[in-house]
Amino acid sequence: MKILVPIKRVIDSNVKVRVKSDGSGVDLANVKMSMNPFCEIAVEEAVRIKERGEASEVVAVSIGSAKAQDTLRTALAMGADRAILVKTDDTVEPLGVAKVLKAVVENEKPDLVILGKQAIDDDCNQTGQMLAGLLGVPQGTFASKVELDGDTVKVTREVDGGLETVALTKPAVITTDLRLNEPRYASLPNIMKAKKKPVDETTPGDLGVDIAPRLKVLAVAEPKAREAGIKVDDVTALVDKLKNEAGVL
Amino acid sequence: MAVLLLAEHDNKTLAPATAKALTAARAFGGNVDILVAGEGCRAAADEAAKLEGVGKVLLADAPQLAHRLAEDTTATILPLMANYTVLLAPATTMGKNVLPRVAALLDVGQISDVVEVKSPDTFVRPIYAGNALETVQTSDKIVVATVRTTAFAATGEGGSAAIESVTPADEVASSSFVGADITESERPELTAARVVISGGRGMASGENFEKLIAPIADRLGAAIGASRAAVDSGYMPNDYQVGQTGKVVAPELYVAVGISGAIQHLAGMKDSKVIVAINKDAEAPIFQVADYGLVGDLFEVLPELNEELKKAGYGD
Ligand SMILES: Cc1cc2nc3c(=O)[nH]c(=O)nc-3n(C[C@H](O)[C@H](O)[C@H](O)COP(=O)(O)OP(=O)(O)OC[C@H]3O[C@@H](n4cnc5c(N)ncnc54)[C@H](O)[C@@H]3O)c2cc1C
Ligand SMILES: Cc1cc2nc3c(=O)[nH]c(=O)nc-3n(C[C@H](O)[C@H](O)[C@H](O)COP(=O)(O)OP(=O)(O)OC[C@H]3O[C@@H](n4cnc5c(N)ncnc54)[C@H](O)[C@@H]3O)c2cc1C
Repeated sequence: MKILVPIKRVIDSNVKVRVKSDGSGVDLANVKMSMNPFCEIAVEEAVRIKERGEASEVVAVSIGSAKAQDTLRTALAMGADRAILVKTDDTVEPLGVAKVLKAVVENEKPDLVILGKQAIDDDCNQTGQMLAGLLGVPQGTFASKVELDGDTVKVTREVDGGLETVALTKPAVITTDLRLNEPRYASLPNIMKAKKKPVDETTPGDLGVDIAPRLKVLAVAEPKAREAGIKVDDVTALVDKLKNEAGVL
Repeated sequence: MAVLLLAEHDNKTLAPATAKALTAARAFGGNVDILVAGEGCRAAADEAAKLEGVGKVLLADAPQLAHRLAEDTTATILPLMANYTVLLAPATTMGKNVLPRVAALLDVGQISDVVEVKSPDTFVRPIYAGNALETVQTSDKIVVATVRTTAFAATGEGGSAAIESVTPADEVASSSFVGADITESERPELTAARVVISGGRGMASGENFEKLIAPIADRLGAAIGASRAAVDSGYMPNDYQVGQTGKVVAPELYVAVGISGAIQHLAGMKDSKVIVAINKDAEAPIFQVADYGLVGDLFEVLPELNEELKKAGYGD
């Protein structure tokens, strides 16, 4: 069984982003970039499935600039076997990403595709669902547990009311939620080994995919900042303020 | 222009998220129909028909729609889209699961978490955990978008729309519902509650939520929430998580107890009307967004707060 894991390079989750003063976007110059945390969880899950002997190959793929190579190397160091970089310097929206991934899936024919549920930069939460729709295969989104059983994969999903379990017939698309696993740190020997693993390069054009954006960004602005309020001395003062000043009790 | 709104419901009752998303739908300025897809969901459709400004309610009632799995729900929506130029759903886990699949099959993008409808093709949405607001204009012929319901007031009742049955698509064989473990609670739903009290890692255990937070929540008719750290540590179930990757809430009063105030947590609660922080670390970032901060040990403060509220006559 083969697993494809699409991963995205994003601003590190510890960085406080700043909106550019001309309102054209956020300032990404010289900020730390990392693998999207949900994608790390996806790589970890795929590698664990392989380590249990239930998969034979894990392939990582990223769509982005040449720098996405670094992110792919991280996935290889975590245990992916090989990687594909679909190189583009253009803006690719989730629909475009899903179309590129569909082309990659048609070449690679994986039994499972495991993606992150959302990228923490654009927060779209779309790509996996779109890919599943385009492929006409079932989807198990926001997964907190993945169990393989022959042709079926059982996915426990984090939903608004609690947990829901669905059974999907492979091939299937899964997106990861936070509680699925705790991703490992790549060890130094594995980072060294990863340097020798193959990374193929292609482009959306080579794959015959049109990634033209559908959205135009008119402006990016800072949200209205909240001002820090006051400190109260004790519970009596707190209840008094909430009742008589804020009027929310 | 015709708008189709996919309703959030549990087959029996319509969720408050639907009436809020309806407000966004009406901002398009065209006719709005509501689709209630489910099994035995007539009662939810009746409720939808009573909302103001609804053209008609489409009712798709079939066993394969009981749990609104993405595959079956998408198959039922797709043929309906011949009559609509806009498809909306609240950004609940149901809306987030279904709508991108529909969008891809219509060959259009999706706009996630809309907080403002500027015009029928231009929207505002948060990015980077709400640290930036992006105004985007779409060139797609059909607009597919999810609505962040905390940004819209609920549409009231006063309508009497007709309910029309639509034919559900045949069952999709490749996916099936196995079971659910739904959190039972007498408390209000987290995203719709007027008051939310959330606990973080500082709570130190699930029992402490029960012992220290629950009595106060009961007095105030509040929902209980949690930080990711509290959920990851197993103190509370996943559906209590507030934040960038959990639920977004904007109650009248949000009380954060033993929560440091990481950007990912703030993303889920900073639009609350009044924020209270209780934390023993006077430097905790949560105090930068709190209207009222109380520096102290929660194990002392919470019992005192419960007593004080009791004295003031709350919940007795
Ligand atoms: C207005 C706008 C401006 C943009 N500007 C830039 C920019 O300046 N620089 C830039 O690099 N990108 C830019 N993008 C592209 C953007 O960062 C995302 O790649 C794209 O919008 C997907 O959204 P998302 O990551 O939030 O998707 P989500 O649906 O939240 O992502 C979910 C999962 O899909 C997979 N996935 C998503 N993207 C990729 C990818 N590229 N490769 C492999 N797997 C992936 C991952 O598994 C991820 O966890 C822009 C997009 C938009 C809409
Ligand atoms: C991809 C990603 C997604 C994330 N999504 C979310 C999300 O959706 N929601 C979310 O909440 N987080 C999210 N996080 C995690 C976030 O970054 C923080 O780690 C988390 O919010 C911290 O939780 P906390 O404040 O409870 O714990 P901590 O940061 O450990 O803070 C505990 C606080 O409790 C105080 N405290 C301890 N004991 C006491 C006491 N006895 N009395 C009073 N105060 C006390 C401490 O002073 C401290 O301020 C995400 C992170 C990542 C990387």
